[in-house]
Amino acid sequence: MIYDYLYKLTGSEIWAGVIQSFFPLFLFILPFALFAVWLERKVSAHMQDRLGPMRVGYHGALQTIADILKLLQKEDIVATENDKPLFNLAPVIVFAGSYAVFAAIPFSGAFIGSNIDLGLFFIIAVSGLVVAGILMAGWASNNKYSLLGAMRSAAQIISYEIPTIIVVLTIVMITGTLSLYKLSELQSGYFWNWMIFGGPGPGLHKFLFIPFMFIGFIILYISTLAEVNRTPFDIPEAESELVAGYHTEYSGMKFAMFFLAEYANMFAVSAIVAAVFFGGYQSPFGYLGNAFNLPWLIPIEQFFWFTAKGLFFVFVQMWLRWTLPRLRVDQLMAVCWKYLIPISFVNLIIVGLISVL
Amino acid sequence: MIIYDLIFYLFAALTIVSAFFVVTLRNIVYSAFFLLFTFLGVTGLYVLLAADFIAIVQLVVYVGGILILLLFGVMLTNRITNVQVKSGTFQILPAVIGVGIFTGILVATMTNTKWRVLESEIPVTTVYNIGTLLLQDYVVVFELLGILLLVALIGAASMARR
Repeated sequence: MIYDYLYKLTGSEIWAGVIQSFFPLFLFILPFALFAVWLERKVSAHMQDRLGPMRVGYHGALQTIADILKLLQKEDIVATENDKPLFNLAPVIVFAGSYAVFAAIPFSGAFIGSNIDLGLFFIIAVSGLVVAGILMAGWASNNKYSLLGAMRSAAQIISYEIPTIIVVLTIVMITGTLSLYKLSELQSGYFWNWMIFGGPGPGLHKFLFIPFMFIGFIILYISTLAEVNRTPFDIPEAESELVAGYHTEYSGMKFAMFFLAEYANMFAVSAIVAAVFFGGYQSPFGYLGNAFNLPWLIPIEQFFWFTAKGLFFVFVQMWLRWTLPRLRVDQLMAVCWKYLIPISFVNLIIVGLISVL
Repeated sequence: MIIYDLIFYLFAALTIVSAFFVVTLRNIVYSAFFLLFTFLGVTGLYVLLAADFIAIVQLVVYVGGILILLLFGVMLTNRITNVQVKSGTFQILPAVIGVGIFTGILVATMTNTKWRVLESEIPVTTVYNIGTLLLQDYVVVFELLGILLLVALIGAASMARR
């Protein structure tokens, strides 16, 4: 574990923890956001038969860096009617909420920010902080569009938390652990040990679980998509109705913080889906480190697989964004309360019955 | 460990200072947002007590549930943002007497009780023990509470539809 190494290096658990808590931000979220913003533009462009950014660097690879330089130079506008303290605090709280999720995400067998026993529960809990931050931003902007966007966003996130929790509960019921590390370790070996293929171990249960695991996965994916306010669930920032939703009034680096939080959230929910259903950081077919007897290679491979799975689901999110139209508010609530929640409840009961068999 | 003492005082100060602002501030939206920091401070205190499950439940129930509900209530009621919440202007004398007596009782209990100190290991995980307690030892109470909450929910929904 990297934590043990840092502990030996600094000799203090506080300093080791502090240093470790910066790792996901500087080594992961910032490079990921740089890449994902560029990817989003390229994916959208290619889906619409365009080229997208092409000028800065090879196929526009440095476009995001140019954008950040531009954002840094922008004036930080705070309108007179904005509520200044809350207006300045809101982006920080939103980003803190989405960064707190990364504390429990297992990037590899050697790196988890905090290897707590309640990782999954913690991740669900801290997303409440994001809602508070969004409401704060919407209210402090003193703008009708912002407030409407914030209200919609909060209502949406709270509603879609329920199917997420029920699906997670289904998995917890089978595996008997809330720790993301233990959950990933359970799914080690080959890809047929992943939860989506019925979990580890042979037996009749495994095959009976498979269809319900697929239902659970689809529900979890839809509801996490709604929780990060991505299309087709992006009514909180629907451009045609609300300008830009809760961050309409923000400019410069504060806007960039909302943007960074959105991309961090996108990866976080993809990582949760990967960790719960797709083996977390486990390789689908053994490790090169084992084959060549190089134990230090395994954590690096695990990190590679985890990032690859996360990025794949981020790519699917982008894919859906440029494929599906936006839902109406009433449709959005109907999807959650009339379809996803009953289906996930029935799923939970059936999986429970199978595991009692 | 001195550093853990420092962290404790940090969270305690956060809780108390923001709770003070919740009560004294005139703007009710500010009060609601200061409540967020009070809840976060309490969560921190629970974590320092090695009560991880309670800490996270505190986050889910208070920050994710009650605070958001409160903010919704405040924001959807347009006029309420202009209402002056008058603090410290009503019934000062009875309040001072009541709070004084209560504080006296609390301090007296704290100082006069002989607290039993048990040397025990900090549990690595609390979930299993809580689960056993809730679903084996006190399962009837637990289920009855569930039914009570369900009844309250249905009652609230039917009242809201009327």
